[in-house]
Amino acid sequence: MIERLQSIGAQAVEEIRAADDSAGLEALRVRYLGRKGELTACLKDMGRLDPSERPRVGKVANEVKAAIEAALAERREALRAAELERRLGREAVDVTLPGRRGHGGGLHPLTLVVRELLDIFGQMGFSVAEGPEVEREYYNFEALNIPEDHPARDMQDTFFVEPGVVLRTHTSPVQIRTMEAQKPPVKIVAPGKVYRCDSDVTHSPMFHQIEGLLVDRDVTFADLKGVLTEFVHRYYGPDTGVRFRPSFFPFTEPSAEVDIQCVLCRGSGCRVCSGTGWLEILGSGMVDPAVYGFVDYDPEEVQGFAFGMGVERIAMLKYGIDDIRLFFENDLRFLRHFG
Amino acid sequence: MRIPISWLREYVDVDLAPEALAERLTMAGLEVSAVDHLGEGIRGVVVAQIVEKGPHPNADRLSLCRVTDGTGIHEIVCGATNMGPGDKVALARVGARLPGGFKIKKTKIRGQVSHGMMCSERELGLGEDHSGILILPADAPVGTDLLEYLGLPETVIEVEITPNRADCLSVVGVAREVAALTGKELRIPQPEVPESGPEIAGITSVEIRAPELCHRYAARVIRGVRVGPSPMWLRRRLEACGVRSINNVVDVTNYVLLELGHPLHAFDMNRLAEGRIVVQRARAGERFTTLDGQERDLDADSLVICDAGRPVALAGIMGGENSEVEPDTTDVLLESAWFLPANIRRTSRRLGLRTEASYRFERGTDIEGLIRALDRATELIARLAGGTVARGIFDAYPIVHEPKRIPVRHDRVRRLLGVAVPPEEVRRILRSLGMIEEAVDDRSVTVRVPTHRVDLEREVDLVEEVARIHGYDRIPTTLPRVPMRPDPAPLRRRIANVARDLLAGQGFHEAVCLSFGDPADDGRLGLPEGHALARHVTLANPLGRETSVLRTTLLPGLLGGLARNQRRQERAARLFEVGRSFHPREEEPLPQEVLRAAAVAAGPRDPLAWWASEEPVGFFDAKGAVETLLAGLGVRDAGFESATDLPWLHPGRAARVTAGDAVLGWVGELHPLRLDAWDLEGPVAVFELDLDAVARVRQEPGPFPGLPRYPATQRDLAILVEAGRVRARDVVEAVWQAGLTLVRNVEIFDVYRGDRIPEGMVSLALRITYRADDRTLTDEEVRAEETRILEHLAERTGARLREG
Repeated sequence: MIERLQSIGAQAVEEIRAADDSAGLEALRVRYLGRKGELTACLKDMGRLDPSERPRVGKVANEVKAAIEAALAERREALRAAELERRLGREAVDVTLPGRRGHGGGLHPLTLVVRELLDIFGQMGFSVAEGPEVEREYYNFEALNIPEDHPARDMQDTFFVEPGVVLRTHTSPVQIRTMEAQKPPVKIVAPGKVYRCDSDVTHSPMFHQIEGLLVDRDVTFADLKGVLTEFVHRYYGPDTGVRFRPSFFPFTEPSAEVDIQCVLCRGSGCRVCSGTGWLEILGSGMVDPAVYGFVDYDPEEVQGFAFGMGVERIAMLKYGIDDIRLFFENDLRFLRHFG
Repeated sequence: MRIPISWLREYVDVDLAPEALAERLTMAGLEVSAVDHLGEGIRGVVVAQIVEKGPHPNADRLSLCRVTDGTGIHEIVCGATNMGPGDKVALARVGARLPGGFKIKKTKIRGQVSHGMMCSERELGLGEDHSGILILPADAPVGTDLLEYLGLPETVIEVEITPNRADCLSVVGVAREVAALTGKELRIPQPEVPESGPEIAGITSVEIRAPELCHRYAARVIRGVRVGPSPMWLRRRLEACGVRSINNVVDVTNYVLLELGHPLHAFDMNRLAEGRIVVQRARAGERFTTLDGQERDLDADSLVICDAGRPVALAGIMGGENSEVEPDTTDVLLESAWFLPANIRRTSRRLGLRTEASYRFERGTDIEGLIRALDRATELIARLAGGTVARGIFDAYPIVHEPKRIPVRHDRVRRLLGVAVPPEEVRRILRSLGMIEEAVDDRSVTVRVPTHRVDLEREVDLVEEVARIHGYDRIPTTLPRVPMRPDPAPLRRRIANVARDLLAGQGFHEAVCLSFGDPADDGRLGLPEGHALARHVTLANPLGRETSVLRTTLLPGLLGGLARNQRRQERAARLFEVGRSFHPREEEPLPQEVLRAAAVAAGPRDPLAWWASEEPVGFFDAKGAVETLLAGLGVRDAGFESATDLPWLHPGRAARVTAGDAVLGWVGELHPLRLDAWDLEGPVAVFELDLDAVARVRQEPGPFPGLPRYPATQRDLAILVEAGRVRARDVVEAVWQAGLTLVRNVEIFDVYRGDRIPEGMVSLALRITYRADDRTLTDEEVRAEETRILEHLAERTGARLREG
């Protein structure tokens, strides 16, 4: 009896382990453990055994049943795992195919550069200001201490709309408009389009500038150097050399051109920096007292500095672009490079 | 300004190498843009003379010259045509070297051996001229080494002089600066005039009738000069500075202009009526021929130099043909004067005539220095051209300039610069620049400014001088201490940036177009005469007709960009721009500047991909972009009204974008005729929005009502409506109206026209969401609501439930 039970058990476990799908497994369960199954049939014969043997045989029978059930559970789990495995295999995709997406778009390099520059100045506490692109000659020139018939007007070729109205030649008029509208402290950066009648590889009749103005009671030339040095180090890296060189702008005094160590040759001299090792990137200076006269500030009481830079120049240096016209041709082969 | 170093050395000792000097000047505000080493790399080039010039046997464009260098004849093949027998030339013989390491060898050119080369200015590195070979003066000694003959090698520095530094527009001016920077002594020429003629007052006179424009006019007379070529040293210096040699008298005036910075003019005295000078305003409409042969129209603001009867020079700008020094001139009247800078500039600009003289006069000349210039020129003319100098100067000086006295407060220097420059250093710097100390105390120094520094008028001007000479690099770098008061970016700027990000995120590339417009674009857009968009701001001095107005819409720039990209085979091109348009205003000189966002799209809707369709973009792509953009900008009630009055758009595929009563822009597909006008392949979907209008209607999100507490039910309805008569929005509005308070959302998720429904009808599938705030809706409630909706739809739109 015991041998028979054990033989059924061994056979059942063997067959269960060989079952290769859940239907086969169910058939085996019915065959061995079902009401008409082999084990059940065998147990029915227990009644005929000597009562003294029953506990021993019963124990074996239970062990066999448990073994069969365990084998069934194990096999069932294995088959479920295998089936999931197969399904996952069937559902696999080629992940190297391109994803479902729209057309790629992007921002213009000038927008990218303006945002970077404004971020830096914004973190330093400057606010953004704007002004009209078609401007009164007064704001563009007179109030910036550039009178009519002054040679300084040669520095900028001006588009005229009518007498007294020009396309602004720089973003500096925003200085005047801002100071007219508020009292110190004034700390603004003014990005925008400017216009000059000039057109070649390095000049576009329209280009972009960012103007800066910081005026309060005791803002000094040393502060000008500090703020612009900080700017250069943030934008071009902390190791970039920077120098301040005397220059002339009608609306600042003292005035300074700011040069940075050439971004290409790091100062050893190359084609981009004409062998000097330096690149001119912005103009600056202490606001000329004459300008304060136009906005009703007292030059004995307030002082500060202004600066201005050409966005295209900065972008050309940053991205190695050698023709300014590329910015305005809107060639997708150019635009795609940036986003 | 070109400054030969050897010339500079006459006035100041320079012990710096040229590059170091250049650096020093640059860092003091006289930017040196180039250092030219003339003659560097030249070896074995000699003065030679062409003996014979004949044709090359095998080439029409070449000639074969026989050239002597004094010791032998060389046969030279030459491509230039500007020379002939007898001309003196620069001959690079076999074995010679030219700049750039170029070595001259015996070469066969079209079968003819050339024993060297006759050089052009550019080949010698002496200038830019390459139109022919360099022809040397007739008296150049044959056989002399060219470098020796030309006084080479010479180093010339090119200094960029800012408009305020008129005093540096001369060799002495730069020398003065070098002396101040290096502490060396300045040696200004002290002319000695050999006066041996009669008293000048007896032979000429100067009368200034417009003293407001001419504050001083001084003249000297030299009689019996012999006009002729200038000596080599003089010619060399002029040429090194880029000035052409004319004759000894004229050359001297130019030489003194370069040396001392004061423009002079020499008249042929015998051609001056009554031999005298009258300075006055021209008569309006008067005409005058300048010595370049051009006839000039004068006005009452033009200052002219006259003789007893007629103009003989345009004051401060150019002399007249009728009185210029010519080869047979014997008596010379030399002018050295001071003219009002603004007046010279106005006349010179009006006539479009800029000269070395006007350039200096309009920047301001030294009224006290003009006698030195006059004496220096007289001395040189007498030495080089002979003649007898009349005794004395006729010096008309009606308006005397008071020397400027300016106090400098040491505290002011400290406050402006942020560093305390020691008072002794301040004083040393000012003295080094030629200032005379007039008063000194603990807190300030008052100086008298030399008359050549016309730019120094105020304390701050002197503070700049102190900073400049002290050295900007010695001023510390500090960060300002300013009260923090952050201001938000202007709303306009924030909106522009959000719009850029939203459009870039929707697959558009940002374009930047010029703000200029072409009036012809109005026609290309199909704008009728007088259309609002055809009213432009016009430029008075445009670069060309295509850029003669300012744009009123961003569309033309984008369409032009799209067309250029299509020509380069870009199938899918999507561009946007955020920028301003310009609109003239009545009563207001400045135009209205409107911030706009516009976009154009052409080609397939999807990128080329394995999953994508190749359907082209259309109206709904543009509309979708607008909807996304407006939603992102906070416009919550955007509407779209069909518009047939936008001539650049397909009339059946065009809409005006609104929000309440406000018009925000338009959207549509480009009209087929416009595609042709712009040379575009369609369809092209476009839109333009007025972001200033958007700024006025945008809203922040309202207060949050809380999450719904009861579930919603969604039910779909398919209805049939008459195509063309009933629009989607009518249906959606009818649903909202009918649905009492239970309807929470209505979406049209399918639109069908075709065989399976009656002709002339369109089937719309609606998904309606129902929800109550205070209970879970029962099926009966939803069905009742649905019935009400269907009835209302039928009544309002004639819609009926679609069967099957």
